[in-house]
Amino acid sequence: MPAGDFKSCLFLIINYDAMENSSIIQIDRLSKHFPVGKGFFTALRDIDLKFGHGEFAGLVGPSGSGKTTLLNIVGSLDTPSEGTAIVMGKSVADLNQKESAALRNRHIGFIFQTFNLLPVYTVYDNVEFALLLQKMPASERRKAVMEALEWVGLSDKVGSKPAMLSGGESQRVSIARSMVKKPEIVLADEPTANLDAENSHHILRTMKKLNEELGTTFIFATHDEKVMQYLKRKISLRDGKVEKDELVETIKT
Amino acid sequence: MNWLKPLKPNAMLAFKLAYKNLMGAGLRTWLNVSVLSFAFVVIIFYNGMIDGWNRQARRDTREWEVGAGQLWHPEYDRYDPYTFEDAHAVLNSDIQELVQKDVLVPVLVEQATMYPQGRMQSIVMKGIRADQQILKLPTESLNEADDAVMIGKRMAESARIQEGETLLVRWRDKNGTFDARELYIAKVFNSNVPSVDNGQLWLSLDLLQKMTGKANEATYLVASENYNQDYAGIWEFKDLDFLLADLDAIIQSKKGGGMVGYILLLIIALLAIFDTQVLSIFRRQREIGTYIALGMTRLQVVKIFTVEGSAHSILAALLGAAYGIPLLLWLDTKGLTFSIAEDTGITMADTIYPYYSLGLIVSTILLVVISSTIVSYIPARKIAKMKPTDALKGKLQ
Repeated sequence: MPAGDFKSCLFLIINYDAMENSSIIQIDRLSKHFPVGKGFFTALRDIDLKFGHGEFAGLVGPSGSGKTTLLNIVGSLDTPSEGTAIVMGKSVADLNQKESAALRNRHIGFIFQTFNLLPVYTVYDNVEFALLLQKMPASERRKAVMEALEWVGLSDKVGSKPAMLSGGESQRVSIARSMVKKPEIVLADEPTANLDAENSHHILRTMKKLNEELGTTFIFATHDEKVMQYLKRKISLRDGKVEKDELVETIKT
Repeated sequence: MNWLKPLKPNAMLAFKLAYKNLMGAGLRTWLNVSVLSFAFVVIIFYNGMIDGWNRQARRDTREWEVGAGQLWHPEYDRYDPYTFEDAHAVLNSDIQELVQKDVLVPVLVEQATMYPQGRMQSIVMKGIRADQQILKLPTESLNEADDAVMIGKRMAESARIQEGETLLVRWRDKNGTFDARELYIAKVFNSNVPSVDNGQLWLSLDLLQKMTGKANEATYLVASENYNQDYAGIWEFKDLDFLLADLDAIIQSKKGGGMVGYILLLIIALLAIFDTQVLSIFRRQREIGTYIALGMTRLQVVKIFTVEGSAHSILAALLGAAYGIPLLLWLDTKGLTFSIAEDTGITMADTIYPYYSLGLIVSTILLVVISSTIVSYIPARKIAKMKPTDALKGKLQ
């Protein structure tokens, strides 16, 4: 093994240990079953995972491997059938509707494959939305929204409606919306699936930069090779099981 | 745990979001709002017309026929002419005193038959003091001649009698003996109150008392505002609720009939909102999922959709006000003329001036807002059962 490779591998191992010690997501023996007809389909089986602060990790695998299901449970949009998913120190299964809404609003940002921008709102309104729920004063809100739009390079599009944006721009708005509240965790479900290569790299670079500058934990669900190039940690899922969990070298931003 | 403290979004947020979504929906919103605003204006207009008619009819009936109440002979029934024969009594001194003070006006009622141009027609003769001041009847014309009588315009037209003509009348006196004489039509008056017109022949009380031999007698007395019920004697006091009961019943039935029309209109408008809501919820599943992912509870999303649906009614009220207020005020000034009014047989002026009370406007707004909120809430309840993960994928059935 060349000396340089050894050093970087050692650094990753040390870093991984550090993250383990301060995990913000801890998943223990988690299974998820969905009723299908008279039986059940098991989407996740006995998953054990931990995510620390500032991770840039990806759940990778083919369709139906359980990536989105796991992301939904971590995001408190769904609950495990068995086992536990502890996010920010609290089991998502134990949260009531209001608590889980508060968890999502304050601590988790979502980025979707289909962008999911609110169509009748402007770019500014879309980004502002999460802050409106927090009752943040208008002046602070405006500052935060403009800052988030600057991060993604869309300060000049504040008044545009989603229909007027390209796919890449829409996904950048989506990133700004997820980051405006400076959450600890961002969950991105196939964020590049609807984008061309250039836009994919652009938004991945943006997310990587935000991860490095703000220390936000990013978890992707993807099977896009382009995304994998940026990941620091790759968790391969197959048939609802963790097949491999590895630290990887990434493209430098 | 502080970071899990439930969010309490500003109450205005739901309205703000609803407003943005409604404006964003464009033409669909304005179609719903237009139909609903039309329902608003029609409900207020129709009820305003009925209320205006009611006020006019009550006022005219009081002024022309019933005064502030009536004192009836115990045998008297205005709908049964066979009671007239026995329904008369001498006016005692107490009553006479009140008559002199214009507190009461005595009326003597007698069945009779008239023969206009040789035709025979049953009528009711009513004797009233020519100098009375309580009713609006132009009784001063009864002083024009010893045998002066007056009739209403409707009766004059139906019997083809004109002012200045004479009319042969036959009646029975108090002993049951037939008598007849020619009377002079001194006046044909115009009144909105058909019950003082159709089949009524008005003559002076003295003349009728003389013709029937019922000296100093009356069948009923019309009371003025100054009448104190302590002096009733044998006479039975009938208040306005009793005397106007038939009129109220007719107006209520008209109101009920009209209600069917505007409830149908309202239902059409509400169905449009309901359909829009159902469509919205299916079409906007991803949006609903996104709201939840961004930190709203399902109930908060239900609230947004309910407010959005009911906001149609607020916009409809504003739109209705924009074109309805000038229209309704114009109608209030000009009134609405009904050419058929004379033939209806009920108290109705040729021109009705609608009356829009604050209660009518407030109750109409409440009716529309509450009903549109209910039809908005019913489909929105489905959101509370949605799984956010399915909503985000837009795969709900």
